[in-house]
Amino acid sequence: MDTFLQQLINGLSLGAIYALIALGYTMVYGVLRLINFAHGDVYMLGAFAGYFLANALNLDANPSVVGAIAVTMGAMAACALIGIVIERFAYRPVRHHSRLTSLITAIGVSLLLEYGGQVVFGATPRFFPQMIRSEIYTLGGVQITNQNLLIIVVAVVLMFALEYIVHRTRIGKAMRATSFNLSVAKLMGINTDLVIAFTFALGSALAAVGGVMVALAIPRIDPLMGLMTGLKAFVAAVLGGIGNIPGAMIGGVLIGLMETWLGATAYSTYRDAVAFGVLILILLFRPAGIMGSSVTEKV
Amino acid sequence: MKDYWCQRVKPTIVCTMADVRDSSPWRATALVAVALAFCAAAACERRPGAAGDSGGDVVIGMYGSLTGDGASFGISSREGTELAVAEINAAGGVLGGRKFRLLVEDDQSKPEEASNAVTKLITQDRVVAVLGEVASRRSLAAAPIAQKFQIPMISPASTNERVTAVGDYIFRVCFIDPFQGEVLAKFAYNDLKVRKVAILRDIQQDYSVGLTDSVARNFKALGGQVLEPVSYSTGDADFKAILTKVRSERPDAIFATGYYSEAAIITRQARELGMKMPMLGGDGWVGDALKNGREALNNTFISNHYSGDNPDPIVQGFVSAYRVKFGREPDAIAALAYDSVKVLTDALNRAKTTEGPKLRDALAATDLPGVTGRLKMNAQRNVDKPAVIQEVTYANGDVKFVYKTTINPG
Repeated sequence: MDTFLQQLINGLSLGAIYALIALGYTMVYGVLRLINFAHGDVYMLGAFAGYFLANALNLDANPSVVGAIAVTMGAMAACALIGIVIERFAYRPVRHHSRLTSLITAIGVSLLLEYGGQVVFGATPRFFPQMIRSEIYTLGGVQITNQNLLIIVVAVVLMFALEYIVHRTRIGKAMRATSFNLSVAKLMGINTDLVIAFTFALGSALAAVGGVMVALAIPRIDPLMGLMTGLKAFVAAVLGGIGNIPGAMIGGVLIGLMETWLGATAYSTYRDAVAFGVLILILLFRPAGIMGSSVTEKV
Repeated sequence: MKDYWCQRVKPTIVCTMADVRDSSPWRATALVAVALAFCAAAACERRPGAAGDSGGDVVIGMYGSLTGDGASFGISSREGTELAVAEINAAGGVLGGRKFRLLVEDDQSKPEEASNAVTKLITQDRVVAVLGEVASRRSLAAAPIAQKFQIPMISPASTNERVTAVGDYIFRVCFIDPFQGEVLAKFAYNDLKVRKVAILRDIQQDYSVGLTDSVARNFKALGGQVLEPVSYSTGDADFKAILTKVRSERPDAIFATGYYSEAAIITRQARELGMKMPMLGGDGWVGDALKNGREALNNTFISNHYSGDNPDPIVQGFVSAYRVKFGREPDAIAALAYDSVKVLTDALNRAKTTEGPKLRDALAATDLPGVTGRLKMNAQRNVDKPAVIQEVTYANGDVKFVYKTTINPG
């Protein structure tokens, strides 16, 4: 029983990581119908931004919660800027071409960030400083660290915040209008370029939070860290119903639980295959995902 | 939108292809290019064993993981190698006054790049001998190439049994995993007094798989119980699922037979799951990133090639020279790399030539004192050396390996 509950906690903590990143995928897709494959790499840049900031503040020697929040904010700002730059120079020029063009551009940006990252940061993994002193809580045979707890809480809070922004604010209304029909939204006086830039900034800032949180719990960061995690988060977004914010959360947690469950069997080395097996099944049997509704495509 | 895009692109491609097919100048150019490529390849072709020695510097090659997951191995072995080369050149060089010229290739911690690096060193740079790798998987990838060209290869620290079995041109200056596994099993059973152990192995690394088998075999032979090994892959970062499974089986100790990057995270996550038992690893734990395990490293033990605390003047001479040159303490990998250059120098001087076959014979007859113990080649081109057990401790942001005991072979 202890083992089962522990695996549940393990799966939840892992799933919360995927969910954090899946939120960004799903939001950009919701607005632009673009799968931003570079999102996983923005997550990597977020972790590196956090790494440099935390080292500049010397947080490894004197861990503090205030410092950790400052580092997260800084990484969010840096990634928001990177997101805007990527949108402006990579996606906007091809926005009016076919969707496939944008998709291929996204893959290109992803590769640029991964291998550019190897040139700039080097391929050798780095250790993320311990910004918050690690603590372990025990509840009847089940252990959880404060960092894992933090990831779960942050993911849930951000999900609600995002729901609020999209459905209750003015900019959220503009985002939904842009998503519904870009040209009509423009005719109605919405500055769609600004809205799209904001969407990217917000999505990238979320990725930065993910990067810093994950690096706190699993302190090894390298330029290719966004590759596999990003792909799995993408599957999580598809599983939950891409474009659907609570769906991304559910998808992430499900992928995390499934991976953990497989990790506990004799097939532990096949755990990376879980996400992709799920992707194939979802696309075969329920392409709209768990929470998604199938919409007739306008032609 | 879609139609528009196709119309715009398709004709362009068709017309380009048609152009290509019809234009004979293009075809001629292509043929010339292909022909040139073949010529270049032919020029690179090197006859086995031919050193093409015309005097001058003696060119030796080192390949290692200077970047990537195993970067600590590559950097330490390069520094150890550089120190030895500098000392030998300063003392008058080899073969009666010729200097060493060291070429270093990075394999990015990838086996396929290791093969490429060794091919380049042998066919283009025409090295007389190859030094490397540390990780057994990468040594195994590159060794067949050195063997094919009959260029001796000396691995400083690959402990997997099969590395030197690739061929008679492949040597090493460290002990092998069947012995290392025995040492670890004995220490766990006799000194830590544990009876039931779990093993975590990196399924992608020949080293980890081989060491796991050896630990399990030896621990069972002593009368202990070994749980079914659990597997992970290089680069994994979440071990909680497999560790929770291990925890439910209540072992007295855990072996993690993989490399340092994963070992750091494994120890950390094990402690986060409340697992306080001793953890053990092999020489693969010796890497800078191990310090990432922090306080979780307390109560862990490793087997290693040498201890920097050894008062032997040859060890202390090396330690202080290394400290002066690189400003840090040498690890076992650096010591082994240093020894590998000394072995090569000794063999070159005895062979009195850089020719592959003669150098090979000289290497096979190696017997000299080294920093990591007596370096006497046996018939399998391995050296029989004692292993040390060290306790890993973490304090003030730094990892220390504290000498516990020495275990002799046989």
